[in-house]
Amino acid sequence: MDRRKFLKRSLPAAGMIPGVIDGFPIRAFAAENGFIQAAMLPYVETDKVLVIVQLSGGNDGLNTVIPIDGYQNYLNARRNIAIPESGILRLDGVDKTGLHPSLRGFQQLYNEGRMNIIQAVGYPLPNFSHFRATDIWMSASDSNTVINSGWMGRYLDDQYPGFPTNYPSAQMPDPLAIQVGSVTSLTCQGPAVSMGMSITDPTSFYNLVSNIEDPVPNSPMGYELSYLRQIARQTNKYTDRIRQAALAVPTQGNYPANNSLAAQLKIVARLIKGGLKTRVYMVSFGGFDTHATQVVGTNTATGTHANLLNNVSSAIKAFMDDAKGLGIQDRVLGMTFSEFGRRIKSNASGGTDHGSAAPLFLFGKNVLGGLTGNNPTIAANVTVSENVPYQYDFRSVYASVLQQWFCVPDNTLQQIMLKNFQSLPLVNNSSCVTNRPPNSFNNENVLVFNYPNPFTSTTKITFKTKGGHTLVQIMNASGHVVKVLIEKEFPDSGTHTVSFDGGYLPQGVYYVRLQNGQIQQVKAMLKVR
Amino acid sequence: MDRRSFLNLQPEVRKPAVYTARTNTGLNKYTGTWTRNEVQHLLKRTLFGSTKADIDKFLALGLPGTLNELINYTSALPAPPLNDYNSSTVTDPAVAPGATWVNNPTNDGTINSLRRASFKKWWAGLMINQETNIREKMTLFWANLFGTESNDIGNAHWVYNHHTLLRQNAVGNYRQLIKQVTIDPGMLRYLNGYVNSASAPDENYARELQELFTLGKGPTVQYSEADVRAAARVLTGWRINASFVTFFDAGRHDTGTKQFSSYYGNKAITGKTGAAGAGETDELIDMIFQKDEVSKYICRRLYIWFVYYKIDAATEKNVIEPLAKIFRDNGYEMKPVLRALFESQHFFDVLNQGCFIKSPVDYVIGCLREFGVVFPTAYTNQYSMWNYIRNWYATMTQDVGDPPSVSGWPAYYQEPQFHEIWINADTLPKRNRFTDTMITSGYSTSGQRIIIDAVAFVRKLNNPSDPNRLIDEILQVIYRVPMSSATKQSIKQQILLSNQAEDHYWTDAWNIYIQNPSTANFNIVNNRLKTLFQYFMNLPEYQLS
Repeated sequence: MDRRKFLKRSLPAAGMIPGVIDGFPIRAFAAENGFIQAAMLPYVETDKVLVIVQLSGGNDGLNTVIPIDGYQNYLNARRNIAIPESGILRLDGVDKTGLHPSLRGFQQLYNEGRMNIIQAVGYPLPNFSHFRATDIWMSASDSNTVINSGWMGRYLDDQYPGFPTNYPSAQMPDPLAIQVGSVTSLTCQGPAVSMGMSITDPTSFYNLVSNIEDPVPNSPMGYELSYLRQIARQTNKYTDRIRQAALAVPTQGNYPANNSLAAQLKIVARLIKGGLKTRVYMVSFGGFDTHATQVVGTNTATGTHANLLNNVSSAIKAFMDDAKGLGIQDRVLGMTFSEFGRRIKSNASGGTDHGSAAPLFLFGKNVLGGLTGNNPTIAANVTVSENVPYQYDFRSVYASVLQQWFCVPDNTLQQIMLKNFQSLPLVNNSSCVTNRPPNSFNNENVLVFNYPNPFTSTTKITFKTKGGHTLVQIMNASGHVVKVLIEKEFPDSGTHTVSFDGGYLPQGVYYVRLQNGQIQQVKAMLKVR
Repeated sequence: MDRRSFLNLQPEVRKPAVYTARTNTGLNKYTGTWTRNEVQHLLKRTLFGSTKADIDKFLALGLPGTLNELINYTSALPAPPLNDYNSSTVTDPAVAPGATWVNNPTNDGTINSLRRASFKKWWAGLMINQETNIREKMTLFWANLFGTESNDIGNAHWVYNHHTLLRQNAVGNYRQLIKQVTIDPGMLRYLNGYVNSASAPDENYARELQELFTLGKGPTVQYSEADVRAAARVLTGWRINASFVTFFDAGRHDTGTKQFSSYYGNKAITGKTGAAGAGETDELIDMIFQKDEVSKYICRRLYIWFVYYKIDAATEKNVIEPLAKIFRDNGYEMKPVLRALFESQHFFDVLNQGCFIKSPVDYVIGCLREFGVVFPTAYTNQYSMWNYIRNWYATMTQDVGDPPSVSGWPAYYQEPQFHEIWINADTLPKRNRFTDTMITSGYSTSGQRIIIDAVAFVRKLNNPSDPNRLIDEILQVIYRVPMSSATKQSIKQQILLSNQAEDHYWTDAWNIYIQNPSTANFNIVNNRLKTLFQYFMNLPEYQLS
């Protein structure tokens, strides 16, 4: 049975969150296909494609995926920009969480089981600089380590060793990754060379398809420049393939006009349908740095941020519909990311300042649809510096995608991701993921709590583990991990209590985060005088 | 940008068959503005690349002062190449590691092969570390004109001495240079002059002397096959002794009279016996230099080397002919010719700017110099780095020290493509790979690394925190082809602003880095600058100077 349907049918409707449904992905690489072949072949043969949608500027997660159960505290924290409760879009089977009114396309995708919304994705020690945070997301580094290669670049380097020497090849006649735009980002930078299109190719992709470039003057300079451009085109090993792919798809579905993300995704759909074996596409859409007037004061469901979200939602919905119409939807997985979310509390200029964790959207026919994780906890009296603590490390999402979509085996996965990350059940690719056994844990159970709470200096933290790798962290209000209480392998399931001495910390809101296998839970704690 | 237009596949842009813009400018002195643009133009043509520091310096000096420094230089010859080649299997018995081998000639083939390699690395180092004068480009000009291949010459001693002859006379007197080259052991070896004897004349050098080194070919050049034979007879008797030095062996000299054709005014060179026979060589060269074609030919070669490869009737009349007259009037001194060319309206004519396809050496070394790539100081590391660089331009088809033939590189003589020959489906990706390598990983050996330091480059600019001025200033160093403001805006936004709309994203990042140059802050600006430079260097525009 289709796993998504299984989940939908077998779970109680109310408040059910497929993301926390159980099941370790055993990634049983059936011996006759996935794993063994992966070990024998230089790379994993797959027709799967990942489309990465970068939302530049730091998307306001709390106004994107809105906590209904904590609405009053949400409203208190950001009265001048809060979305009216009545306008929040509801998700099938979900009571406590809804979407911004502009996300009608997302609502539909979710209700059709084609979207997984992952709550509060971030990382320990969040960085609040656009550039640095972007680099962290693209390189998948720890926030205090600088890595000069991208996570996709490392994946592609593993799959296609030695690139670009001897490429294109019969096995891989196409660019490994294509970024629509002038330049490829750090995401596709491999350990030595960029695995992305625009860097092996001197002409940007736009130009390649359209021949738009600065005109040549009527002079010897123009004459030689024309010559050079002609050779550059001939030399671009991929030009013909890309043009042929584009030309092979004369008709596509409808995309919204005046929407640059839609235009980019339209190209992506066209190239996938046209037969390119390219595995990764990256598109980007900017303007999310909404420090001021992100809403229209008289109608907070409209304005800058609403327009941005509407563009994203309608573009992705159109792309998904087009993919369906073109018959490529089985092959396509999409993922959004933004360098950070925004502050819980809005500022006086009707905007929000740089924050930390925020929701991330996965979309595609083979996504395990649902909502992963809980609403961020918002305190009744939020101070200006408080941030959404992360529930899921963004690298867990990456690792899960590589593992469950591209069938990357565990040992390789660790090399690409630089360490071991929690695996989340997000995608269904039958050639690499099968038979997730049910998990006895349900996220509605309280898995971690502290007593006393509030506390003055010491509090006892009790957590349940089902065995295996277990991590208990304390985070402060701005989302920084201030203490790792437990990080070890437990041989068996059980309940444990550990003491946390927070006497040295300033008073305020803290969070305890439990991560155990693919389960995690975050609970707020209050330190008082 | 119009979203529809980029989805609309259009036919390929074709190279225009012709450009209609023509120039009639000539050698009148250039009196226009002296801005960064003109300085950059002059420096990119006369040096390998134009660094910001050099542009600043010469902007202040003005055109006459700049030409004084470029042409009337007085610096001494560089220190000679060293023994970098001792290994577990080969030891030079005469020369210690790190000492120069040029004073210890040998017949050992293995040692000579290693020394030739040492010589070619050393030459790369000289170009990388060139002074701000025209010597390196003129030395290479002569090396191309004479086309001497070190592999053919064989003995590294002769290779080095031949090179030194060209270097010493780079802006000297051409007639004097050709007289010396004619009896230089390297050339005697290369074109078989050393086996040219009365009993068995070898016409090789006699032909190239006229066809390639002085007169060239063409409708007005009418020397005959008999003239080639007569010249060969004049040149008989030159040999190389056991000490690797040229001597005149009168016993092998043809003492008969050499009769030349009407093209040379029926000149007869009377055969002389004994040591006096050697004097016939000068007589031959003086006879050839009576022909105006010599000056025109050399001026055309200079024009193709420094300006552009198309010489139409107007250029021939307005530039080549008057330049050739200056050459003759000054007794074949190079300096007045170079000066007249580089201070002319024609050289600074906008139609002659940005049209020069960089040679591989210009491309590779210009890049290293413009970005101020720092090389290690220990000679062992230097030589291996220089060799790495040398190998790049060699694989891009310009193996300096070993041109493809006595004609030099086809880019300077092969009609109709000339400079375009450098660029093809094989070499263009190599060029891109070179700049990609230098900007991303660089090259490491023995714990040393050469790499473009993008941040260091940008720190020397005047306004690095303003992304618009930053891009303009970068282009004012590395680009000759103007970039439209729409393209600049798009590149700025996509790279420097990481897709944000406002300039302050870059400004803030840069200022934060300046205030606190931590690794993290460095990487933020460094990653973006690297991407920016890589993008600029990958565009076809970067191939032009």
